[in-house]
Amino acid sequence: MTAGLMETARRGEDIVLTAAGAWTIQAARALDEGLRALQATGAKKVLIVLTDLTALDTVGAWLIARTERELRAAGIAVDIGGAKPGHQALLTRIMEAGQPPPLPPEPGFHLVDIVANTGEALIHGGRQARDMLGFFGAIVIAIGRLLRRPSRIRFTSLVSNIEQHGLNAMPIVGILLFLVGIVVAYQGVGQLRRFGAEILTVDLVGISVLREMGVLITSIVVAGRSGSAFTAQIGTMQVNEEVDAIRTLGLDPLEVLVLPRMLALMIALPLLTFFANMMAILGGAFMASQNIDITFAQFLSLLNQAVTLTHFWVGMIKAPVFAFLIAMVGCFEGMRVRGSAESVGRLTTQAVVESLFLVIVFDAGFSVLFTYLGY
Amino acid sequence: MAAGDPIIRVSGLRTQFGAQVIHDNLDLEVRAGEVIGVVGGSGSGKSVLLRTIVGLNRQTAGSIVVFGQDTGGLGDVEWRRLQARWGVLFQGGALFSSLTVAQNIQVPMKEHTDLPRGLMNELTGLKVEMVGLPAEASGKIPAELSGGMRKRAGLARALAVDPEILFLDEPTAGLDPIGAAAFDQLIRGLQQSLGLTVFMVTHDLDSLATICDRIAVLVDKRIKVGTMAELMQDDHPWIREYFHGPRARAVRREQT
Repeated sequence: MTAGLMETARRGEDIVLTAAGAWTIQAARALDEGLRALQATGAKKVLIVLTDLTALDTVGAWLIARTERELRAAGIAVDIGGAKPGHQALLTRIMEAGQPPPLPPEPGFHLVDIVANTGEALIHGGRQARDMLGFFGAIVIAIGRLLRRPSRIRFTSLVSNIEQHGLNAMPIVGILLFLVGIVVAYQGVGQLRRFGAEILTVDLVGISVLREMGVLITSIVVAGRSGSAFTAQIGTMQVNEEVDAIRTLGLDPLEVLVLPRMLALMIALPLLTFFANMMAILGGAFMASQNIDITFAQFLSLLNQAVTLTHFWVGMIKAPVFAFLIAMVGCFEGMRVRGSAESVGRLTTQAVVESLFLVIVFDAGFSVLFTYLGY
Repeated sequence: MAAGDPIIRVSGLRTQFGAQVIHDNLDLEVRAGEVIGVVGGSGSGKSVLLRTIVGLNRQTAGSIVVFGQDTGGLGDVEWRRLQARWGVLFQGGALFSSLTVAQNIQVPMKEHTDLPRGLMNELTGLKVEMVGLPAEASGKIPAELSGGMRKRAGLARALAVDPEILFLDEPTAGLDPIGAAAFDQLIRGLQQSLGLTVFMVTHDLDSLATICDRIAVLVDKRIKVGTMAELMQDDHPWIREYFHGPRARAVRREQT
């Protein structure tokens, strides 16, 4: 099979364009250039002869149809002849298609887009905040309804969620916080030794872990582990129309899907935080015993002098609040999933980022509050 | 390749997943220029057969010869050249969700050809028109299209580099009867004007009756091929049930 060829010859006022070989997609580049270079000015008529054509596909047919249309538009008569029946059928079909409108231009990048994107993101962020506030309100109402009729709490779902998001998170949280305890103690010893105050490492570990590190790092792990799972689970149910099914069965998705997860996390996260605090202190005690020769018993008695119950409660009180935030954002983004599986992935990422953001903003708020209150 | 010559020849095909045998010693010949419909019960391995022929699944035994080349012994370059000669339409269209319809159609063009930019855009517009989509659809992303439009866009992508064989996996599933009939006619029209060979997995009796030249029935892990009239005479229980069931009767009444 020879590649597509074309030949032009002038016969007086006519041009004869002979197409030969295979006019297919492989030859299209050369043919396209050849046809665009066709000089027909001054000619009255162009004869396109297709007798020697061995193969024709939509690309070849398109090239012939386009040439014909452009010549006609320039006021030159065109005569197409000699096509085999199969080729003629295709050519007729393509000519019927006419000139499809040009494709919409692909978006380029302009400097002004930066401003536009910023504005769009700002408006989007505002809407997002408003919608989340609405969701918060809906949850408060749902909790209120549940408090009036506590028998409607879904215990199976609640317990199963506590297991998945509390019990099953213990190994990872435990290891992480043990290591954090080691790191804090190690850094503390290094710096405090310069003042001869290594002994204060115990205070450093105790206070920083109980007040901040324990609850914050546990919340970060839980946001990545459970917040994302909430979005993915509820989002997938949205895609499968399961949430709609729940509504048509006369159930409230908030009550069936959101509240059990939220309550479970509000129970699990404080427990996890307590466990995390113990593991971090254990890590600190281990490091202290290695580095500054404080035995475990000494560490505990020093810790007893260093920290008060206030430090403990300042950390613990934050846990249910963070749990509420993580669960709310996770479920909120899950409920926002529409249409395709692609949006599940996008919103899951968004849920994790937003819940981490909220957790840290609220943590800062708590710090200010406790300073103000003198704790 | 002249019409009527075997363009796909499957012989002695055996596919299995673990201990579960899907096809056993299956033979099938698809002739150039025909529309062949593959039917069979749910789970009988229709889609698996399609996926095996296009190389998404590896067969356990047997050979698949397409355009006279055994697909088992092809190197990477030859395999890619072969892939440019067929197009596949998956059930949901399988459009790339982050690209517009026009960009979707241009993916195979960019991969398999050296078309200049301007011509590529013109051809994209032409393909969009040929599958019956409105021109403004080309700038949209798949999520903005209805199911039927997504299938048409998938068809445009399958036709992007002018394949000789078109594989369709349940092209009319999920379309309303009017949309399904229109899609059948679209496939028939394209098949005739472009001289395509169409391999179509389907459940749709209307499609079988109106646009298929021959029907391949997957029963007992093998294939039986024939025209609608021939299969009506077959006495295999599943085939009898299929072509003489209430739905088939309704289709036949319309035909006569």
